[in-house]
Amino acid sequence: MIRFVSIRLLRALITVLAVMTFAFVVLRMSGDPAEVLLGPDVPQSVIDAFRAEWGLDAPLWQQYLSYLGAIFTGDFGVSMRDRSPALELVLERVPATLMLTIPALLLKLGIGIPAGVYAALHRDSAVDRGVILLAILGFTIPSFVLGLVLVLIFAVTLGVLPSGGMGTWQHAILPAITISIGGIGILARFSRSAMIEVLGQPYIRTASAKGVSWRDVVRGHALPNAAVPIVTIVGFMVGSLIAGAVVVETIFSWPGIGRLLIVSVSNRDLAVVQCILLLIAAVMVVSNLIVDLLYGWLDPRLRAQPAH
Amino acid sequence: MTALLEARDLVRVYQGRKGLFGAAAPVRAVDGISLTVNAGETLGIVGESGSGKSTLGRMLLGVDPAQGGQVLFKGQPMPAAATPEWRALRADMQMVYQDPLAALDRRLTIAAQIREPLEIHRTGTAADRTARVAQLMESVGLRADQADRYPHELSGGQRQRVVIARALATSPDLLVCDEPVSALDVSIQAQVVNLLRDLQAREGLGMVFISHDLKVVRNLCDRVAVMYLGRIVEEGPSERLFADPQHPYTRALISSVPEPGRALDSRVILQGEPPNPARRPRGCAFHPRCSLATDVCRDQVPQLARVAPGQTAACHHCPVTPDVRAA
Amino acid sequence: MTLATSPSDTTTPERAPRARRLPPPAVTFGLTWLGLMILCAIFADLIRPYDITQMDLSARLSPPGTPGHWLGTDELGRDVLSRLIQSVRVSLVIAFGATLISAVFGTTLGFLAAQFRGVVEHVVVMLADFQAALPFLIMSLAVLAFFGSSMVLLVCLMGFYGWERYARIARGLAISAGAQGYAAAVVQLGATPRRVYLHHILPNVASTLIVSMTLTFPEIILMESGLSFLGLGVQPPDTSLGNMVGFGREYLTNAPWIMLGPAVVIMLTTLSISLVGDWLRDRLDPTIR
Repeated sequence: MIRFVSIRLLRALITVLAVMTFAFVVLRMSGDPAEVLLGPDVPQSVIDAFRAEWGLDAPLWQQYLSYLGAIFTGDFGVSMRDRSPALELVLERVPATLMLTIPALLLKLGIGIPAGVYAALHRDSAVDRGVILLAILGFTIPSFVLGLVLVLIFAVTLGVLPSGGMGTWQHAILPAITISIGGIGILARFSRSAMIEVLGQPYIRTASAKGVSWRDVVRGHALPNAAVPIVTIVGFMVGSLIAGAVVVETIFSWPGIGRLLIVSVSNRDLAVVQCILLLIAAVMVVSNLIVDLLYGWLDPRLRAQPAH
Repeated sequence: MTALLEARDLVRVYQGRKGLFGAAAPVRAVDGISLTVNAGETLGIVGESGSGKSTLGRMLLGVDPAQGGQVLFKGQPMPAAATPEWRALRADMQMVYQDPLAALDRRLTIAAQIREPLEIHRTGTAADRTARVAQLMESVGLRADQADRYPHELSGGQRQRVVIARALATSPDLLVCDEPVSALDVSIQAQVVNLLRDLQAREGLGMVFISHDLKVVRNLCDRVAVMYLGRIVEEGPSERLFADPQHPYTRALISSVPEPGRALDSRVILQGEPPNPARRPRGCAFHPRCSLATDVCRDQVPQLARVAPGQTAACHHCPVTPDVRAA
Repeated sequence: MTLATSPSDTTTPERAPRARRLPPPAVTFGLTWLGLMILCAIFADLIRPYDITQMDLSARLSPPGTPGHWLGTDELGRDVLSRLIQSVRVSLVIAFGATLISAVFGTTLGFLAAQFRGVVEHVVVMLADFQAALPFLIMSLAVLAFFGSSMVLLVCLMGFYGWERYARIARGLAISAGAQGYAAAVVQLGATPRRVYLHHILPNVASTLIVSMTLTFPEIILMESGLSFLGLGVQPPDTSLGNMVGFGREYLTNAPWIMLGPAVVIMLTTLSISLVGDWLRDRLDPTIR
């Protein structure tokens, strides 16, 4: 077990390091932020001074090392735009994003899993077919289309909900629904197939043959076993709590991480983009790690096996 | 004269699956085996499952590398697996598998599969190859109209004929057959055995025939080696070994085959657990199941020793058994 | 001995029964729609009534049904139908190219991992970890924003989407084929790894890989249209489905048809591929989800 946990931890660390390197390479290799930020008509001396100030004149490997060193001491740099610390800028946007993604996650879990389980228990019924169709529809609708259609219906035509911005709780309704629809579809379909697979197992047939009531079979045997694969998907959804709202925040002008990312990306604000990438990756890696460990705990067979 | 195939002190150890905290338990699947196969001769290797006979078969072909010892083919050391030299040598040594369906590619017709070794080893022109495939199919008893069938469309016996034809395509000198009939219906086993015997006589093949079925081995082999937990415990000419087995294990195996005209109660029944390669007993590996076992058996590993002309056995009690003949 | 086969040996097992049933209506619809889209992409130049940049300033924001502009015009008086046809072509070409790249890349890595195990396998696992840690949209956003968007970069970037799925499948199937089966037998015949993988393993795993492609394809369409919607994918004057929705968004209240046309096409296309893919999966390969 110790070996299992330490291997997973090591892999998580390597992954975070890889993301850091990726962020560094992409952002530094792609052009000179001095020219972008300062504009074309600035004298060379100003550009040189800017470069010296931000450490852009050092060799790349030196920049890389000081970049890593800074991150490990908790220094994520300063926004090149307004000179406030990048980490601060990013963290103050987190609550706004979570205000959308957490209700959306609850909707996904609360609707997706029961719908999938119900469909599996009533396989090939009209309800089952309906669930499948709606689920497929759910994850084939792009979120930007869904968001705009919802705006068109509820804000433009009916005028019952605001079309964008942040303010009252009503403002969060349309974005949260938009985020959740795809996940509901995925979870419904996934829980359905996990449940159907479990229901086909010999131990389920044995249990019902022994006279255990169907209700108890489902509760006591089928659901716990079907939960194992569903945990992976839910873990992924938890991991994307921060990252999963980029498009939707743009549609609804919601001042969260996603909007900050888009704005910083178009401004070439290196420090902020780096900080967001690392935050997203860190949340994802941690939740993947938890899922891995949870998985090992739910399924003892995996514990003793090597890393892959 | 150089032997066709010679194995010297072959050793193959598997790392056992590690426990949660425990150290790895090495499994000595093949533990110091030496043997010789002469051109045109058939050597039978018998033993229970877990005795390491399939591993030995793959090592003789150089598929599994030897961790100790050496395999010589026509006097030359076996090249390492997956090298060009090793691949080229496949034209001279081939294998017949236990499960012919698994050994065949289900998406190719049987003619294409029989032809494959000819293409790999670039033998002859396209027309030569087509002719050779037709000839091979005929010689293993497949009809010409079956050429375009797929493996799943044939019966088990027919599939094994395809595997044999494919193995013979490049006219190898050595054929290793790993339980070639044990997955087949009993009624078909005899046909495949007869086919092998026929080919052996016609083509002058050297053959290693691995089986747990003593009747088949007796029927087909010139010499027989008996394996127990990775070692050869007795070896000798087929006739002698079956007529006068020396090692208690061989005796038990042979007497377990029912024979008309012999009372069942004269059988030597094997006692105890079947052999577990992960927990090899000290001393003679067979001692926990042996009725003759004494202190020396629990302590010292017996070495193969001559017990009769051409016959060797590894047993502390063999030389003193009353019916041993002067060597 | 005669080698004539005995009766028991000649009984040919019945050929595997393969029901030739008609596909269900939803699948028929999906196939028809996909066929239509593919024809549309191939013959875009012929069936497009106008050039995509041809402006008709006198007929700006005409609603659908206007004679000559059956799907209406946009804010510059460009014909929506013509732009839609061109968008279908661009989006399908990107998604198709990217799916192929992803499949080839992933399958190759999977085979390499199966063949060499050890270090190669660890590297592949690390790459997959990396991909799992950074949501693809975010990664693409960073790359496209800083390198600028071009068609080639877009296709290559999208080509990294979903490769780990192929890698996992290809590795697993290659290992199981090599462990005890036909692949080991062919190796023993003296075949080179190249021959084993290309002649034997690849054809045997092809159906599973094709089914995976039907999973990746709609996801790539969604990814590309999402990026184009955010203004980082296909750049004007060229057009793609997502890019049309993105620009049409400005006119959501007074000219929703600009956005709805491409939106419906995206949905129907991804829906059709999912339906057809599900159906294919049931028929070709019941073992994967």
